[in-house]
Amino acid sequence: MSTPTAPVAVPTLALEDEPAEVRRGAFQRLVRDPQAVITGLIILTFVVLGLLANVIPQHGPNEARFEAINLPVGSPDYPLGGDYAGRDILARLLHSINTAMVSGLIGASIALVVGTTLGLVGGYFNRFRTPVEWGATILQTFPGMLLLIVLMPLTGGDFRWTMAIFGFLLTPGIYRIVRNQTVGVSRELYVDAARVSGVTDMRILGRHILSVVRGPVIVATTFLFGSAIGVQSGLAYLGVGSKEIPSFGAMISDGFRNIYIAPGQYIWPAVALGVLNGAFVLFGNALRDTFEGSQPKAEKITATAVADDFEAEKADGTGALLEVRDLGIAYRSPSGELNEVVRGVSLTVRMGETLGLVGESGSGKTQTAFGVLGVLPTEAVVTRGSVVLAGRQILGAPQAELNRLRGSEIAYIPQEPMSNLDPVYTIGSQLVEGIRVSTGLSKAKAKERALELLERVGIPDPQRTFRSYPHEISGGMAQRVLIAGAVAPKPKLLIADEPTTALDVTVQADILDLLRDLQAEMGMGIVLVTHNFGVVADSCTSLAVMQGGEVVETGATVDVFAQPQHPYTSMLLGSILDEDTIRDDSAMVLVADGKDPR
Amino acid sequence: MLLFALRRVAFGLVLFVIVSFTTMFLLSFSFDSIIGSKLGSAANVDSIAAMKADLGLDRSVPVLYAEWFRGVLHGDLGASFFTGEPVTEALPSRLAVTLSVVGPAMIISALIALFLGVLAATRGGWVDKTAQGMMLTGYLVPNLLIAIVLVVVFAVNLGWFPATGFTTFGDDPAEWARSITLPVITMAFGGAASMANQVRGTMIDELRKDYVRTLRTRGVSARAIVVRHALRNSAGPALTVFGLTFITLFGSALFIEQVFALPGFGTYSFNVALQGDFPVLMGLTAFGVGLTIGVNLLIDLANGWLNPKARQY
Repeated sequence: MSTPTAPVAVPTLALEDEPAEVRRGAFQRLVRDPQAVITGLIILTFVVLGLLANVIPQHGPNEARFEAINLPVGSPDYPLGGDYAGRDILARLLHSINTAMVSGLIGASIALVVGTTLGLVGGYFNRFRTPVEWGATILQTFPGMLLLIVLMPLTGGDFRWTMAIFGFLLTPGIYRIVRNQTVGVSRELYVDAARVSGVTDMRILGRHILSVVRGPVIVATTFLFGSAIGVQSGLAYLGVGSKEIPSFGAMISDGFRNIYIAPGQYIWPAVALGVLNGAFVLFGNALRDTFEGSQPKAEKITATAVADDFEAEKADGTGALLEVRDLGIAYRSPSGELNEVVRGVSLTVRMGETLGLVGESGSGKTQTAFGVLGVLPTEAVVTRGSVVLAGRQILGAPQAELNRLRGSEIAYIPQEPMSNLDPVYTIGSQLVEGIRVSTGLSKAKAKERALELLERVGIPDPQRTFRSYPHEISGGMAQRVLIAGAVAPKPKLLIADEPTTALDVTVQADILDLLRDLQAEMGMGIVLVTHNFGVVADSCTSLAVMQGGEVVETGATVDVFAQPQHPYTSMLLGSILDEDTIRDDSAMVLVADGKDPR
Repeated sequence: MLLFALRRVAFGLVLFVIVSFTTMFLLSFSFDSIIGSKLGSAANVDSIAAMKADLGLDRSVPVLYAEWFRGVLHGDLGASFFTGEPVTEALPSRLAVTLSVVGPAMIISALIALFLGVLAATRGGWVDKTAQGMMLTGYLVPNLLIAIVLVVVFAVNLGWFPATGFTTFGDDPAEWARSITLPVITMAFGGAASMANQVRGTMIDELRKDYVRTLRTRGVSARAIVVRHALRNSAGPALTVFGLTFITLFGSALFIEQVFALPGFGTYSFNVALQGDFPVLMGLTAFGVGLTIGVNLLIDLANGWLNPKARQY
């Protein structure tokens, strides 16, 4: 209760979700959710009981009779007994429901209307963004409960006025949700298209934006309804408001003061308040699951899950550095069955050799790389196959052994350099951490080694970069830092996932040169995941082409380029020129816009 | 960083002026009724007007505000219309009672929230389900009900704690601890629930980031990733939530005090508001707004200190 900030501070907005689909299915799904149905029925029952407040009981809520004082439960005409002043507890209870519902309605609808309007205006019209944001910040600064009490001389304690003010205090929560959604949607192409084709702003707001914003706002409003009821009860318990208005809070207060004479009296309003408030919270939760999908699952850092019937194949020792056989990786669909995204992939990498893993996005190449590294997302399941690194089966190996291998024999270079550095630590401390884990060097020694590595990967001022935070260096520098971190333990196998894709064209060649030099120096085997045949031609001794989770062709780079066997490979090769042209163009446009060329 | 801090302080001052001015403006509509209740049976149009002039309330709100604000700058908030007690003397002792409940409640619930949130985010399975169930329960049950159940069970029936009343720390630390135990548990319950859920959410978001995968490929242990990296990165968002929760707890303290009959801010402000004691009401507002702004400012500064990027501006 009185935590209006908590439920609305969960703007986990899945904008990628199809709003149309949500709209169509939301009601049907809600009706099938037992939690929503039960809590919805409870709320409905309360509403009906409240409407019958003048019909069911025999007495008015404020009708006090001397002979009814502290009557026990089950007395004639007083089914729930009488209170300390001789009033009918049942009548007061039912009228309290109405007070609670009206409080919720006033508080929630003001927050809903004002908050949504401000959010749409502030999110859609750039020129209003700052003043509206200011308004919301000011509203948030009012000391909520205290203000409601301090303003008693103004409201006269009338709970409707109090709740109206409370509604205003709740608006920032709704406003933030609506604004964030609106900002997101108004950047969508279809909204741009509508704008260009002359649709008025009002119509765009009403048709396109409101429909996206609707779900989260309904959810938040349900929570606010509960908050308003809770706050009203708290204030009534304090004694804010007219003694004439029956309310749960006032009844609890009355019953509580009477606890030594009639111990049961406070229980009725307390249970009613608890059940009603709980029903609103649980109903809100069910709504949220329906509109926004269920809450994110816990993220457990552990070796990748394997399927129940999984049994790693025996390591057969072909002498290769990396031997992947028949690897299968699957994800569980919402209905529970496993969908394989990598289906029986086999790869071989020898020392000093570079294997290009090529394919379009979604072909499963990155999943394969993560599978070999053992860092698949929690939801992934390994269904079959074997991964043998230097003669050792690493698929299904315990976490501790994997950690040891990763620090020494197998390393990884990511695609997007910036997001792969922890933003709150300096470059130096991140490098030192990795070096100490893999080598057990002292802090000073590790620092020395880190500086050497930074110099080795071509960073002009290693000392300065060592002290810098990730946001203070460029993408190309960041990628060099990541390479330094990866090769620090002199690994036997390096897995590079599109290491140049996120970089400027001018930097790409340098990074590939660096990788080649390091390979010559350390004799590593490299798996180079890429969609770019230019990179393959430049750096790879052999390649494997992936399509739809399967390897469709493998061979030495020269052979495959000269005589592709699979039609898909020929098609990919045939499209090199087109693809490169398109990519370069888009990169240019993005650079011109001042954006990250990707 | 210094510039950043100065800007936040200036922003806080502007907010203080806007919010306290608005409150004064709203209260100005009820000056007549305030004076009416002060005069009691002697109230009539003439006597009200005379008293208004006497108290200086017949001037316009901006003038009144300017005078009041000048007082704030000199540490003078005026005196009660009814008792003549200076506001700056009346408020701190009450605030101390409230803070001695809210403070421990905040610390306890923050610790519980961190523990539950991190555990739920990193363990999954039944640990996560249990933790989430606890969070939902804490959120579901209104504070008022928790307070009442605690009083009935532990104070009235078992007699372990005093049902009501307050002993200051200076008088008897052991009694002080006993007198705040039940209110603190009440507040920690709801506070921990909402914060734990937020901690869980930010931790999960953090653990799904790219850099976590990269750290794993370097052989960094799961414990180091959770504690050194994910938790450290979650500290900013978590602090913001903690700040909001502190302010919310302060609000709910106002009526939880009433259940336990603690002579704190809530009980006092309620009595003052009933009388319409204008200078004290403005003093209460000043303290309330000051507290909100102060907490937000501290959070902003802490975030700036925690987040290397924010230090730049």
